[in-house]
Amino acid sequence: MKSTEERREMLWKMLLIRAFDEKVNDLYAEGRVHGTAHFYVGQEAVAVGAVAALKEGDVITSTHRGHGHAIAFGLDVDRMAAELLGKATGYCRGKGGSMHIADVSAGMLGANGIVGGSMGIACGAGWAFKRRGQDRAALCFFGDGAVQEGISSETFNLAAIWKLPVVFLCENNQYAMSLSVRKAFAVEPISGRAAAYGMPGETVDGMDLEEVYRAAAAALKRARDGEGPTLIETVTYRYLGHSKSDANLYRTREEIRQWREMDPIERFAGKLQEEGALAENELQEMESRAYRRIDEAFEKAAKEPEPELKSALEDVYA
Amino acid sequence: MPEARVITYREAVREAMVQAMRHNEEVFLMGEDVGVYGGAFGVSRGMVEEFGEDRVVDTPLSEAGFVGLCTGAALLGMRPIAEIQFSDFITHCMDQLVNQAAKVRYMFGGEASVPLVVRTPGGAGTGAAAQHSQSLEAWFVHVPGLKVVMPSTPYDAKGLLLAALDDPNPVIFYEHKLLYNRKGEVPEDLYRVPLGEAALSREGEDVTLVAAGLMHHYALEAADALSGEGVEAEVIDLRTLSPMDHRTVARSVEKTGKLVVVEEDVKTCGWGAEVVSRIVESESFYALDRSPARVAAADVPIPYNRRLEAYVRPTPEKVVEAVKALLDARVGVYA
Repeated sequence: MKSTEERREMLWKMLLIRAFDEKVNDLYAEGRVHGTAHFYVGQEAVAVGAVAALKEGDVITSTHRGHGHAIAFGLDVDRMAAELLGKATGYCRGKGGSMHIADVSAGMLGANGIVGGSMGIACGAGWAFKRRGQDRAALCFFGDGAVQEGISSETFNLAAIWKLPVVFLCENNQYAMSLSVRKAFAVEPISGRAAAYGMPGETVDGMDLEEVYRAAAAALKRARDGEGPTLIETVTYRYLGHSKSDANLYRTREEIRQWREMDPIERFAGKLQEEGALAENELQEMESRAYRRIDEAFEKAAKEPEPELKSALEDVYA
Repeated sequence: MPEARVITYREAVREAMVQAMRHNEEVFLMGEDVGVYGGAFGVSRGMVEEFGEDRVVDTPLSEAGFVGLCTGAALLGMRPIAEIQFSDFITHCMDQLVNQAAKVRYMFGGEASVPLVVRTPGGAGTGAAAQHSQSLEAWFVHVPGLKVVMPSTPYDAKGLLLAALDDPNPVIFYEHKLLYNRKGEVPEDLYRVPLGEAALSREGEDVTLVAAGLMHHYALEAADALSGEGVEAEVIDLRTLSPMDHRTVARSVEKTGKLVVVEEDVKTCGWGAEVVSRIVESESFYALDRSPARVAAADVPIPYNRRLEAYVRPTPEKVVEAVKALLDARVGVYA
């Protein structure tokens, strides 16, 4: 179990993620950001809970909806903001944007704009750790949409036959863009697929940080003990649209409202308050601090330099 | 001087892998039937006995999965060699190669590299029909971030593969099924043939033939036949299709004034179009005294019947005909 201090830090990370993506949503609405972004609002407990179970040296792979994973993993919101504004000081020097934020040397192996695209990469990291005899593991985030891509079947099997130290963490946020899981899956739960690959599968409440943490910690232990991969399905929900251009035609306001009632931040903050780890008005205070921190990040990023044009021709080859 | 050692192209590829694996623990080979079977074309025969199943790894039929895995291992600094059993099957892992391996470095702002080698046998002439005979290499020439290598001799196969394994970028390494038994002199030491450098394999004054892989041998055969008729062809083996060695081609074209590209892929948007285009878009254009020509496969899938297959593929005879047509053409008129 995590210490009180660590649990408060987890709350802070969730707040930071929410503030970041709400800010980005606003910036898009104001036309101040180029391109597109996918918002993690509502899913914060998944990234923060799972990443909290990692140890030094572990790595993650992320998705197109990757801001939450990056912040949970400890990436710097200043450099993330700079990347979203396309600045030279961003994580990708302005060449990746929202969907490609990465810090490979730190172990964040990248957000990935291709659904399922990073599942092979996560297995490769697991392969490298195993071959090198390192006590490290890879945590692979993907959504319910990715489970329908062929790569998921291939990588589940490879990781299982070679007992790779990989944790497959599915964020079932109910929709692959607009397609409901109810229309996309002949058989649920998604974690049931694990049986076909000879690995354990578990479905957990993705709006409950502690549940996610517990499942991830157990799966990471299996991975480290040489017992191979685990498939964790976290049942969660994205409050905002798929991306900035989503009119939410495939779901109702009522459905969104119901999920918001299970808000992962309020739930976790409530628990901390019950334990006396969080004072009465502290959540509001932390929340304002998170929004201020993100405002500062974007204000600072706005003043960062644009990349030089010639940098567009660099870094194609090492 | 000790007598030079002669081995096959297949043995040369294997020797490069074996020596790289002895030299560097981080190199491994992964693919379908590469272990005890020795690979569909016998290239890795005997390797699993030396290196074990952890380094010569038989995979399920999961090209996307294991090429993705190799991409991730490369991102972590390992040196994977992925074997795609027939180059046609590379379609299964296009996302991993095009959207992942080729893009990671650029889209992450230069903060990562993917030192991955994908070896695969391509080409027709074996009666294997439409799904086991293609030459799809131009697809990868079209993707910035990938390098594409296509050796024609045992010497180059070993040297280019060792260079590819040193290279910090993803390299697609095209072998040819009809070259595996071809013999040539190959030194036993670890030497490299640099990527991106063409070889001038025959000197001549009258016409420049540019080719790669098996087609390089067809070009040389055509050059011999033409020589008997008083035409001296200069032959360039590109060796690497991407990055493309334009300078060597340009130098030769400026000497001969005539360019014929010999390529095994289908003609439309084949890589030979790029060779020609770079000449006509450059100062070398003014050295041309004939329109350039290309000998390529017909724009059809490869048929099974022996005569039909030969009919659609380039052959040395077709190269000879193309050169003669070029020489007979009126100046500046497209042949």
